[in-house]
Amino acid sequence: MPILEVKNLVTRFYTIEGVVHALNGVSFDLEEGEILGIVGESGSGKSVAMMSLLNLLPMPPARIERGKALFYENGGQDSVDLLTLTKAERRRVRGGKIGYIFQDALSALNPVMTVGRQIGESLMEHLGLSGEDAKHRAVELLEHVGIPGAEKRYYNYPHQFSGGMRQRVMIAIAIACDPKIVIADEPTTALDVTVQAQIVELIKRLQEELRLAVIWITHDLGVVAGIADRVLVMYAGYPVEISLVDDLYNNPVHPYTKGLLGALPGIGGKRAGRLESIEGAPPDLLAKPKHCQFVWRCPYAFDRCRNEMPELVEIAPKHYTKCFL
Amino acid sequence: MQRYILSRLVQSAGILIGVLLIVFFMLQMTGDPVSLMVSRNASPEQVEALREELGYNRPVMVQFFDFFTDALTGDFGMSLRHRQPSLKLILDRLPATVELAATALMFALVIGVPLGLLGGSNPNSFWDIMARGAGLIGQTIPNFWLALILIVILSVHLGWFPTFGRNTWSLFGLTLPTRSVVLPAFALGLFTTGQIVRFVRSAVLEIKNEDYVRTAYSKGLSDRNIYMRHILRNASIPLISIIGVQFGYLMSGSIYIETIFSWPGLGNLLAEAIGNRDFALVQAIAFFTSLVVVALNLLTDVAYGLADPRIRYGD
Repeated sequence: MPILEVKNLVTRFYTIEGVVHALNGVSFDLEEGEILGIVGESGSGKSVAMMSLLNLLPMPPARIERGKALFYENGGQDSVDLLTLTKAERRRVRGGKIGYIFQDALSALNPVMTVGRQIGESLMEHLGLSGEDAKHRAVELLEHVGIPGAEKRYYNYPHQFSGGMRQRVMIAIAIACDPKIVIADEPTTALDVTVQAQIVELIKRLQEELRLAVIWITHDLGVVAGIADRVLVMYAGYPVEISLVDDLYNNPVHPYTKGLLGALPGIGGKRAGRLESIEGAPPDLLAKPKHCQFVWRCPYAFDRCRNEMPELVEIAPKHYTKCFL
Repeated sequence: MQRYILSRLVQSAGILIGVLLIVFFMLQMTGDPVSLMVSRNASPEQVEALREELGYNRPVMVQFFDFFTDALTGDFGMSLRHRQPSLKLILDRLPATVELAATALMFALVIGVPLGLLGGSNPNSFWDIMARGAGLIGQTIPNFWLALILIVILSVHLGWFPTFGRNTWSLFGLTLPTRSVVLPAFALGLFTTGQIVRFVRSAVLEIKNEDYVRTAYSKGLSDRNIYMRHILRNASIPLISIIGVQFGYLMSGSIYIETIFSWPGLGNLLAEAIGNRDFALVQAIAFFTSLVVVALNLLTDVAYGLADPRIRYGD
């Protein structure tokens, strides 16, 4: 049963250099309790899509032009469009129904407020807890995300934590009010590899315990393979392929997905010399896309690709792709 | 934090010694006060006798050593004009200047912070235009000109405020200001108001785009909470240093305003002392002003440390 259904989301940035076509029709759905991985290169619109859902983009320059984002509650009985909420309704969704984990916890946490209060703020806002109860609950949350000495750490400031511990605080904030969905926006990017693994483990554990639906944005195809149920591949502001994770890795259909997977280093296999890469550069987002945006880099491109934008079609059960091939 | 305060203390002491040096030698270069003190037809012998009596015929280094050691004990010599200890004259005038400076700063904060906040939070709105206007006007209008205009309109024509002088009233032994302080404080605080508006506005504009503000929005907090707890709280740290510098300026920079309003403060005393070439008094005021500025800077640094946990828990 879907908990979130995004349809044809279009977001643009109106800048001095021109209109940046950041999202050009993003559609996907999110099942209750699943982990959906979103992969794609920088500028493909992964974060913009997620921030559009919660209206977190600076407006201006950003503007959400079209689209729907239906959020289902009570087992699919009720639905609201996240993009047309009033201010007060949106505040209830932010933090209350959808938690957000940002990538760089050092800059995403207020440097002059204790981490305890930064967690407690949410609790007081959404659950109406008193200051004392909020403190109690915040300490529990800190313990829950694996911060030793939580009672003391409650009073610490973000700069007194290590990178991994800061990201745990960030996670505690995201799950504080028992949300249905957590958006993890490259939660491990700023961390070193061993810590990355711990954070991945932690989010996975919390997802199972709290029965969360998680949208996991990342560059790291390895992480996605390990934890995601389904994967969405973004390119130039739209999804080019959506599929169950095994299906995607075994039978990638879109040439871009093939290219991405081809660029992964194998483990244990022969040393294949240089890693493969996708030729060319990402497309210019200032131009309005009228046809497939991968043509310039696609080894299989033919005339139709240069004239039309393909639809997202289901080519196998639960396997969608936006390609004429 | 202790180390931080200690190092600032040492720096401050160094600066004050430097100030004593400069104050003394600058005045030495301006000429001999004795020639101004005697009548024009005094004989050279009489002039020499007075120089002898006041100690101005001794070698410069000896005079400086005396000045320096006396200064350390708080003795800045007798005012040549008033025939009273300079320090006492200063301390007599101090309350008036503090009253004026504090009121001016209060005006600047009460007008500047909300206006800057309103402007920065809604760029190009009505309030932002007001804020930018206030910033520009505050920093460009000469305060002595504004002072005269205020006197003409509000005092002479409307009669709302006295045209000059300082009145006070007492309550439970405390000396309290009356409306006589309003016009000079407003005129004096104008520049500071402009600075604070501009500073708060740009700080808010900048902090609004910080990642942690986006996090605050993602938590579903109200705009009010976000502005008060996250944006203004972070803007207040650099604001502290602006306030420190500006209060120093207000405490020392009031010669025009005090003269125009005949405000019996330090600025007035200094103008008078310079006119009379009252060496001892000018030296004392100059040093005292530096002392106030250095002390305020020290206080600012400490407050800065208290407000910013990254400094408080540093080293």
